Amino acid sequence: MKVIGLKCRICGKEFPAEALYTCDNCFGPLEVVYDWEWIKENVSKEKIEKGPKTLWRYKDFLPVDAEPVDLGAGYTRFIKAENLGEVLGLKNLYLIDDSTNPTYSFKDRVVSVAVTKAKEFGMKALGCASTGNLAGSLAAHAAKAKMPAYIFVPAGIEKNKIIQALVHGAKVIEVEGTYDDANRLATEVAEEHPDWGFVNINLRPYYAEGSKTLAYETAERLGWELPDQVVVPMASGALLCAIHRGFKDLVRVGLVDEKDVIFNGCQPEGFPIVRAVKEGKPVTPIREIKTIVHSLAIGNPADGIFAKEIIEKSGGYAEDPSDLEVIEAVKLLAKTEGIFTELAGGVTVAGLKRLVEDGRIDKSDVVVIYLTGNGLKTSEALVDYLETTVRIKPRLEEFEEVVA
Amino acid sequence: MIKVKFPSVFTQITKERKVEVENVGTVRELLDKLFEKYPQLKERLIKDGELTPFINIFVNGEDIRYLKGLDTELKDGDEVTFIPAISGG
Repeated sequence: MKVIGLKCRICGKEFPAEALYTCDNCFGPLEVVYDWEWIKENVSKEKIEKGPKTLWRYKDFLPVDAEPVDLGAGYTRFIKAENLGEVLGLKNLYLIDDSTNPTYSFKDRVVSVAVTKAKEFGMKALGCASTGNLAGSLAAHAAKAKMPAYIFVPAGIEKNKIIQALVHGAKVIEVEGTYDDANRLATEVAEEHPDWGFVNINLRPYYAEGSKTLAYETAERLGWELPDQVVVPMASGALLCAIHRGFKDLVRVGLVDEKDVIFNGCQPEGFPIVRAVKEGKPVTPIREIKTIVHSLAIGNPADGIFAKEIIEKSGGYAEDPSDLEVIEAVKLLAKTEGIFTELAGGVTVAGLKRLVEDGRIDKSDVVVIYLTGNGLKTSEALVDYLETTVRIKPRLEEFEEVVA
Repeated sequence: MIKVKFPSVFTQITKERKVEVENVGTVRELLDKLFEKYPQLKERLIKDGELTPFINIFVNGEDIRYLKGLDTELKDGDEVTFIPAISGG
């Protein structure tokens, strides 16, 4: 068996591999413990390379045994961004573009793993708290798994994200307040319904593992090598932690050589993890949320302390570009690489730009950045910042006047 | 009367998920009273004199860190909920 159980990330107390998420000794978060001898014996570059062109090519590293609930997530576009690199002054800039996942965000990776686990546990329903991307992903995977889904979102997120969840038949609960209010309520509901699988609450230790596949893809696509630096968007900080774990896994089983990858994280302006890194202080939650980047707008980031520690220990940094910089970065990526990313991707590109300008990234460094969602989901935020269309009568002369 | 709700991870100690507590004016007084009843809860919730960051306390749905922290006042009928912090994202 590749999964031995769960373990507290704080005090180390061990638990069986059940739907648990909090340590009863110190209330710290739990993580999956693997049998690394089993994985080492079973995994190989050749086996992975012959696997499906989805995240399930890395199944030997994932905490599930059942047949996956699979919409085809993962193994998304890996692009050498020569045009954007030229603008920013980087020679080896790579993008992983998760806007091409089945529901157009990286959340399909975590949800595919968590919903598979919920089926393994025989759970009766699915649920989550979401800033938007998770909503659509969970709704779609729940439909595929023939399970009902209850999705808690803060009121006022992008319409497209709500429509996407509704179309798959999920029950979407708009909670008056911020994401943190929606998350608190969802956690209370999860406590009342232990036989429901809330993917980012009572299934969180398993769910988070799905994001490790971004690390595996990074290494595989670079020819089984680790990059020099990564730039990762942060909401709860879980994605950055998962990519860090993923690189360590690969070293542990000998698929790549050890390397000290520098981790950089990005959030919208004023958010807690970046603020803590910049000020060298503990991560302090914020109540008031002021950003157009809804998908990263978590005021109380669950993995904040862990993400901060990884960034600091790796010698990386954190950046929190303004909303205006984010919009400009979305446009810059679109105009240079032909990729329309959502605002979270704009945060990452804008953060990368600041890191380069501050001399924190060398121009020859191999840098990988993660674009976690699709621009069409948040297009309404851009409307006021784009050139307007030109309206003419269907006459050649009028067109010639426009281009004159 | 203050209505108190515990998460399932407390039940090893508290045995029940819901209790009612009388004669407390602040969250600090409530905690003192709960710790008298459940000494093990104190050992696990308080680390180096500080409340663990892994449990959030809400009064009528609002995190006490955005109210007056442990000095947040309580009145008859208020609901205090303890919720694991590590969720979401």
